Amino acid sequence: MKILVAVKQVPDTATQVKISADPRAIDTTGITWIVSPYDEFAVEEALRIKEKRGQGEVVAVSLGPERVKEALRSCLAMGCDRAIHLNDPAWNDADTLVTSKALAAVVKQEAPQLLLCGRQAIDDDMGAVAAQLAELLGWPCASWIMEEAIDGDGKTVRTARQVEGGLEVFDLPLPAVLTAQKGLNEPRYPTLRGIMGAKKKEIRDVKAADLGWAPEPPQLSVVTLEALPPRPPGRILQGDVPTAVKELVRSLREEAKAI
Amino acid sequence: MANAFWCIVEDDRRGAPKKVMAEVIGEAARVSSGQAEAVWLTDTATEAGLTQLAEWGATKVWLLENAALAPYRGEIWVGAAAELAAKERPKAIFAPVTSRAREFVARLAARLGVGLAADCVAFAMEGDRLVATRPVYAGKLLAKVTWAKTPWVATLRPNVFRPAEARPGRTATVERPTAATAAAQMRFVERREEVSTGLPELTEAEIVLSGGRGMKGPEHYVILEDMARVIGAAVGASRAAVDAGWRPHRFQIGQTGRTISPKLYMGFGVSGAIQHLAGMRTSKVIVAVNKDAEAPIFKIADYGIVADLFEVVPELTKEFKKLLEK
Ligand SMILES: Cc1cc2nc3c(=O)[nH]c(=O)nc-3n(C[C@@H](O)[C@H](O)[C@H](O)COP(=O)(O)OP(=O)(O)OC[C@H]3O[C@@H](n4cnc5c(N)ncnc54)[C@H](O)[C@@H]3O)c2cc1C
Ligand SMILES: Cc1cc2nc3c(=O)[nH]c(=O)nc-3n(C[C@H](O)[C@H](O)[C@H](O)COP(=O)(O)OP(=O)(O)OC[C@H]3O[C@@H](n4cnc5c(N)ncnc54)[C@H](O)[C@@H]3O)c2cc1C
Repeated sequence: MKILVAVKQVPDTATQVKISADPRAIDTTGITWIVSPYDEFAVEEALRIKEKRGQGEVVAVSLGPERVKEALRSCLAMGCDRAIHLNDPAWNDADTLVTSKALAAVVKQEAPQLLLCGRQAIDDDMGAVAAQLAELLGWPCASWIMEEAIDGDGKTVRTARQVEGGLEVFDLPLPAVLTAQKGLNEPRYPTLRGIMGAKKKEIRDVKAADLGWAPEPPQLSVVTLEALPPRPPGRILQGDVPTAVKELVRSLREEAKAI
Repeated sequence: MANAFWCIVEDDRRGAPKKVMAEVIGEAARVSSGQAEAVWLTDTATEAGLTQLAEWGATKVWLLENAALAPYRGEIWVGAAAELAAKERPKAIFAPVTSRAREFVARLAARLGVGLAADCVAFAMEGDRLVATRPVYAGKLLAKVTWAKTPWVATLRPNVFRPAEARPGRTATVERPTAATAAAQMRFVERREEVSTGLPELTEAEIVLSGGRGMKGPEHYVILEDMARVIGAAVGASRAAVDAGWRPHRFQIGQTGRTISPKLYMGFGVSGAIQHLAGMRTSKVIVAVNKDAEAPIFKIADYGIVADLFEVVPELTKEFKKLLEK
């Protein structure tokens, strides 16, 4: 079974982000980049499927600039067999739909039985690319999955998606798109052997021309990025616990009108 | 209608729209000067539910009622909604951020070939274009975005927009177009209900109490649940508490959990890590109880108490009881 995993490289959440001279973008100097955490769950699940079935291929795919190779390299170190890097300035201003169209073109070429994505990328937080890929490919899709099991002959996947108030279990014929929610698994750390081995694995560069890509304007564009408006300064309530608590309840009722 | 702002209805699966729809319809009506229309895909709609949508200000309800539409499957919903959108050409399509609506409108936007702005917290018309504001980078920045063409597809973060007032007597025309339902690829097997806590859903609650590592163990959450019952709150947790196995993951607040925006958030023994803040910083009022005066959560808290939570919580529950019994 061939499984494709779409991974996005994102700034580490602990790093500070600053707006660049172009107010539509962030200043990327000094940023530490990581694989988006939900995409690590997706990679882990793909590797487990392969291990359970005793055969198969796991291919990591990412769209983005040259630095994205590092993210792909860490997926290879986790155990992915090879990687594909959509690396072309034609995609510099990609919105979710352009990203999805480019990824869909690669998925069609690769023709996997399963496409795993993260629930959402933790920088732009659209939570859209996986669903849009499903739409463009005409594949069924289950989002926010907490478990999955593929049947013996690799024809269907039974999966539980998280919804408000519970889980909904569905059977999806393959090929299908699934998005990983936290709780699906615990991603492994790359071993030293994995890291060494990753250096020899293939990362194939794909250019827009390789996909017969016609220029595609973004449907959504960023007008500007802004810093958060400052919150009014808060107040530490003084006194012993009963005094502070009384003052809190009074403030919540009378000032904040929150209770 | 070409100027209509569609509002995709989130319902309780028993024929009534959820109250978050008052926010979606209210904002759609505000931005469009009264052109909000509801689009309801369901297997069961009730008369009371239709009336509710009208009273919130929907001028028309497009009711697509068909057994095949429940439970939600994107592959079926998109076909039905896209066909109607092609005919009616709405100017915008709004939906609340819920697990299904989020996936659904992303697929719909792809089918229609238009842009999508997810998890918006504000809208403004600038001339004849709509500009949406949405948090990015774990809520550290706000992005203003706009669309190349209509329909403008967007999801709205719950509890952020002012809900429309229900005005009895307002009515809406109900259209019942026949929905084309594609053959399903996904086969529904079962729904597994969560064990109910008897408390409100985390993302829908107006008040959320959050317990972090300072709670010291799963057995202590009962003190937060006691308080929650008194004030009608939901109880959430930090990732440290979830990873320790004290609370199930569905209660996690933050970047890799739920995003909430209640009227009142109260953190107990939560340090306020950036990833936790990502999930709650748009809360209207923030209270922090922590024994460490240097804890970062105090930087964004409106009210703070520097003390042992195990002393504060019972006292606070007692005072809330007194207040609400009055
Ligand atoms: C220089 C620059 C300019 C940009 N300009 C715009 C713009 O004009 N308009 C706009 O809307 N956005 C713009 N973006 C942001 C943008 O391209 C988003 O990253 C993209 O739309 C994907 O959305 P998301 O990150 O929210 O992914 P989500 O939809 O949240 O991602 C869901 C899942 O899809 C997969 N996925 C997402 N992105 C990728 C990827 N790149 N490669 C592989 N898999 C992926 C992952 O599995 C991920 O977990 C810009 C970004 C950059 C760096
Ligand atoms: C990629 C990534 C994603 C993440 N996503 C999330 C997420 O979604 N949500 C999330 O919450 N975290 C997330 N985290 C983890 C985050 O970085 C923090 O580790 C976590 O939020 C800490 O939880 P905490 O505040 O409960 O624990 P701690 O940071 O350990 O804080 C405990 C606090 O309790 C106080 N305390 C202890 N005892 C008492 C007492 N008796 N009375 C009063 N106060 C007391 C202490 O002073 C301390 O401030 C993520 C991290 C990463 C790297």
